[in-house]
Amino acid sequence: MDDIFGIPAPLLFGQLLLGLINGAFYALLSLGLAVIFGMLNVINFAHGAQFMMGAFVAWMLLEYAGLNYWWALILAPLLVGVFGVILERTMIARLYKLDHLYGLLLTFGLGLIIEGIFRNQYGSSGLPYRIPPQLSGAWDLGFMYMPVYRGWVVAVAVVMCIGTWLVIEKTKIGSYLRASTENAALVQAFGINVPRLMTLTYGAGVALAAFAGVLAAPIYSVNPQMGSNLIIIVFAVVVIGGMGSILGSVITGFGLGIIEGLTKVFYPEASATVIFVVMAIVLLARPAGLFGRA
Amino acid sequence: MSIQRRTLLSAAAAAPLAGGLSRKARAQANTIKIGVLTDMSGPYRDLAGPGSLRAVQMAVQESGITGRGVTVEIVSADHQNRPDVGSTVARQWFDRDGVDAIIDVPTSSVALAVNGVTREKNKVFLNSGAAASDLTGSACSPNTIHWTYDTWMLASSTGGAMVRAGGQSWFFVTADYAFGHALERDTSEFVRNAGGRVVGSVRTPFPGTTDFSAFLLQAQASRAQVIGLANAGGDTINTIKQAAEFGITRGGRTKLAGLLVFITDVHSLGLQTAQGLVLTETYYWDLNDKMRGVATRMNLPNGAKPSMVQAGCYSAVLHYLKAVGDMGVAAAKASGIEAVNKMKAMPTEDDAFGAGSIRADGRKIHPAYLLEVKQPSESRGAWDYYKLLSTTAADQAFRPLAQGGCALVR
Repeated sequence: MDDIFGIPAPLLFGQLLLGLINGAFYALLSLGLAVIFGMLNVINFAHGAQFMMGAFVAWMLLEYAGLNYWWALILAPLLVGVFGVILERTMIARLYKLDHLYGLLLTFGLGLIIEGIFRNQYGSSGLPYRIPPQLSGAWDLGFMYMPVYRGWVVAVAVVMCIGTWLVIEKTKIGSYLRASTENAALVQAFGINVPRLMTLTYGAGVALAAFAGVLAAPIYSVNPQMGSNLIIIVFAVVVIGGMGSILGSVITGFGLGIIEGLTKVFYPEASATVIFVVMAIVLLARPAGLFGRA
Repeated sequence: MSIQRRTLLSAAAAAPLAGGLSRKARAQANTIKIGVLTDMSGPYRDLAGPGSLRAVQMAVQESGITGRGVTVEIVSADHQNRPDVGSTVARQWFDRDGVDAIIDVPTSSVALAVNGVTREKNKVFLNSGAAASDLTGSACSPNTIHWTYDTWMLASSTGGAMVRAGGQSWFFVTADYAFGHALERDTSEFVRNAGGRVVGSVRTPFPGTTDFSAFLLQAQASRAQVIGLANAGGDTINTIKQAAEFGITRGGRTKLAGLLVFITDVHSLGLQTAQGLVLTETYYWDLNDKMRGVATRMNLPNGAKPSMVQAGCYSAVLHYLKAVGDMGVAAAKASGIEAVNKMKAMPTEDDAFGAGSIRADGRKIHPAYLLEVKQPSESRGAWDYYKLLSTTAADQAFRPLAQGGCALVR
């Protein structure tokens, strides 16, 4: 088989595909962050903890209620979304008029507290959660052995990203949302309940994080720090894509997944840092991000 | 009685005020302070963390030293797996808080940092949680005892078993820090000496890597017979989970060698995923009545059983307090080297590790157990996870004294 830059082609294809799969997680998570920032102007640092909650709720549903993965895929985002709504109503809503920094600090603290509670209750080494039988097994692609479940993750992530984008760009409720970010007072004057819109947006963003958490449960260790491991990368993705840009964060998520995947072949030690190198370059060249409005 | 008189005298000499002996000074002179420095919030929390603290408390109770007029104070801190945090805490404890001995310290990079600080301050460092064999090799110190296990022991036991079973070519997936490097180095040496080959390795960033599939595919592409996992905790769990998902071991040509797998990791993986894994521990709660007794008395939350690291904290503190009782509190506080020498001079004996001893290079020696993870059908329930394959005697289990390159031995 041919070599590309000294790496056997099948290995390179495999890594590109894996990069795409990881990119799907980045895209899903940064999508929720971008929605929340775009509409609420809050940098939601509790996003990682909410992602982790999604995975834990999936585990709890199975453990305590006997509800399988498919139920979890629907129920966990709903439950965690409701939790997000409560957070927004009781705490975050009070900070909209203040600087971004306050929302960031509050959600950062909330994230740490949530993580701490789960760590106290369930320890740090994680809980077992199995791939649903319908999605276990794998396809032999010739150049690699592709687990069915990973294919499912990419497909679902793409559908969710397109769906979210359509809701915001093409529906009436999306137009209300976009209008209220531009001028909330004016939209309110037209008789639209802007605070409720904000609450629902936050709930939806959190639900997206939890949804990604359920998707991650069968393949990553379900442990309290699973979110904080990912969230820093996801923030970099959002910054590179342009804060608040939905399309930007989705494209950047997939793109950076691939860049990271390639780094894992050529220089594995740098695979945790390559995204931040890209972030630094983008910030210097285009401070508003690749798809952001300056 | 003589102990008390001596400590009173030394306390009087140390009392800064001419007015005489304050009650506080007298109390401090007769107090041993133990600092449990461990991972309270990260990936090693379950195998060390609060359980290690509990183990130390149990050792203090069972030592009986408090019945002889000695007070033992225990403090604990989270080192967050960061060498800078670990050495800062160690300095504060020694300089400001009067800590005499630091216990546990999982994460080799932090352990090596604390090793240096302890030597500089002439205190005592009883390491249970870290693996790097450098602690009794190039970095050995007269103030440090490496208690529970190390990378050489794991390489020789688990690695040796894999080579004997026909695994001649190896590829390593290595956590990119002191521990992973040491484990890869020690295992590679072992594989080569046994006539095997190392065909490659990949260094994975630590902490912060969650997806190991990319590295596993590289390992698979190398066509090695054994993929050696030179990582620990959550990294090992993710690697094993994803290896199963990507069918890395399907067909039986490639085997996974979990070079450092703790019982807490097996618990987290579940037997369905972990079954058949061969690993090495120096303590397993269900091996004999004495070991079961340790687990029962430790009584960890949620029915958890002690890891070998937690059992090691218990055993180390028990022996340390025995030495303190023998030499006197004042002498033990005055010089960490003397306290460690005293510990080395006495044979060790406890329920968790049985009879053992401490070598000149600071290596505590005891038997190592090669274990296999049970199939779900063989297990009676949670924490009934291992079958004993073989036992390596204490004098065979660890690196021979002359080979470590420890300056204390030459």
